[in-house]
Amino acid sequence: MDGEHILETEGLSKSFGGFAAVSDVGLRVKRGTIHALIGPNGAGKTTCFNLLTKFLAPTAGSIRYNGRDITRTNAAGIAQLGLVRSFQISAVFLHLTVLENVRVALQRQRGASFDFWRSEKVLKRYDAAAMALLEEFGLAEVAHREATELSYGRKRALELATTLALEPEMMLLDEPMAGMGHEDIARIAGLIRKAAAGRTILMVEHNLSVVADLSDRITVLARGKVLAEGDYAAVSADPRVIEAYIGAGHA
Amino acid sequence: MTAHDASAPAAAIGPTSASLPREAMATYRLLFLGLAGLIVVAPLVIYPVFVMTVLCFALFACAFNLLLGYAGLLSFGHAAFFGMAAYVTGHAAKVWGLTPELAILLGVAASAGLGLVVGALAIRRQGIYFSMITLALAQMVFFFCLQAKFTHGEDGIQAIPRGALFGVIDLSDDWALYVFIAVVFMAALLALFRIVHSPFGQVLKAIRENEPRAISLGYDAARYKLATFVLSAGFAGLAGSLKALVSQIATLTDVHWSMSGEAILITLVGGVGTVFGPIVGSVIVIAMQNYLAQLGAWVTVAQGVIFVVCVLAFREGIVGVLARRLKMRL
Repeated sequence: MDGEHILETEGLSKSFGGFAAVSDVGLRVKRGTIHALIGPNGAGKTTCFNLLTKFLAPTAGSIRYNGRDITRTNAAGIAQLGLVRSFQISAVFLHLTVLENVRVALQRQRGASFDFWRSEKVLKRYDAAAMALLEEFGLAEVAHREATELSYGRKRALELATTLALEPEMMLLDEPMAGMGHEDIARIAGLIRKAAAGRTILMVEHNLSVVADLSDRITVLARGKVLAEGDYAAVSADPRVIEAYIGAGHA
Repeated sequence: MTAHDASAPAAAIGPTSASLPREAMATYRLLFLGLAGLIVVAPLVIYPVFVMTVLCFALFACAFNLLLGYAGLLSFGHAAFFGMAAYVTGHAAKVWGLTPELAILLGVAASAGLGLVVGALAIRRQGIYFSMITLALAQMVFFFCLQAKFTHGEDGIQAIPRGALFGVIDLSDDWALYVFIAVVFMAALLALFRIVHSPFGQVLKAIRENEPRAISLGYDAARYKLATFVLSAGFAGLAGSLKALVSQIATLTDVHWSMSGEAILITLVGGVGTVFGPIVGSVIVIAMQNYLAQLGAWVTVAQGVIFVVCVLAFREGIVGVLARRLKMRL
């Protein structure tokens, strides 16, 4: 086992009743990089993502994280190992306040979550850390509002802040720019770059300019298989990739 | 991450918020005191055994409400926990001659244990399937109680002695029993309130809001649901045990599926997910059953009508509507 790669898959496959959504994918994500997973529609990106985050169980193959086999670990389990995912639709707790959203994450990491006999006042000890994070994400002034009142872009920022509260070693981002306007994209890209300091990020993303801008390495999926891998220049010049995108466009 | 800016003005943070703002907490304190006052005064004007019955069913519905209102799980089988505890307490008090507090403890333990088994099986499924599994398992408990020797089948356990609390205080006196039931009820109500407003309750709220997200943060949602199920079953058991001492009988009615329906009815009429809803619901439903008893079989029809009106006119229940109107949590 080399320490260079934080996440590795081998022969990862998933079929749904005979249809191979993902087949034989060998993915290796280098520690400390931003790695993007792209591909035309139906390439198996989302399935692949759900396999990595344990929201789906693979039909075959294995997943190793930090040299440890996590093929059979459940979704909550990998989060406890420091591998935390985000969702396409901004996943915040709508009827919790912004502060509470972040605090729920802090609370998991620092214990006391099963204490049903203690007052919730004990959670106040996480307030300072939560506020510091909110400050960083420009959410401090709305800390005491319910998350449902936030704009879409701010919900995304809150989700990122909540994820970062766990201080994950690696983050899996599912289309972080989905449904966002230009200004928000620039802001979230900045936040992602900031969050990437000292950790590894694997993201599925449609917006190719974001991918070009952010990622160190790109894996292109097509029809459930790895088509190409490399940096943006190499991948975008690859004739197979061009064909897959244009071909899919014609289909 | 970048270093936290040390110059960030602390003033901008404003008052630190626990999940319950201070004003809400003060309101709750007043309401709990008011309720305690009502419970003290009630037996002076109303027949104490009736009030005690109301309290038992209120506690039963509060336990059910913990599961439905705060974990979003609709159990159709809570009669199993209520009834089993009534039987166990009745048997322990009558046959084994245990003091009431021990008999109650045994009843609660039996229900919590049963809750662990039923819950572990049921939480594997979601939504209506969850409800159906709880119903099926509760029916099994019903038929077990029909067949088992110690429950005395159709007769039930009759003439359960109330005994002497800690072997000292004689509970056969209605007034002594009333004080005991009232104290246990208030303590249980406060305990349930604490569970909802604890670090655990906060996670439960997060799971109910967005389960996949809670899981992705590393919370094993199933374990939290199971813990809530066991707690709910335990409190439902406490209600059943108290009821066995109050009415001095434990019968098949207590484990029948219609008893599960009672919990649902009381909770929905009062207001799901409110603290005081199940209590208000219990007063209304039990009063109806009591004072409309001369209607005979028509009680059920009257109940049905009220239920339909409730669901149509104010879906959030009486306390739910009140809370919305007053813009406060109740």
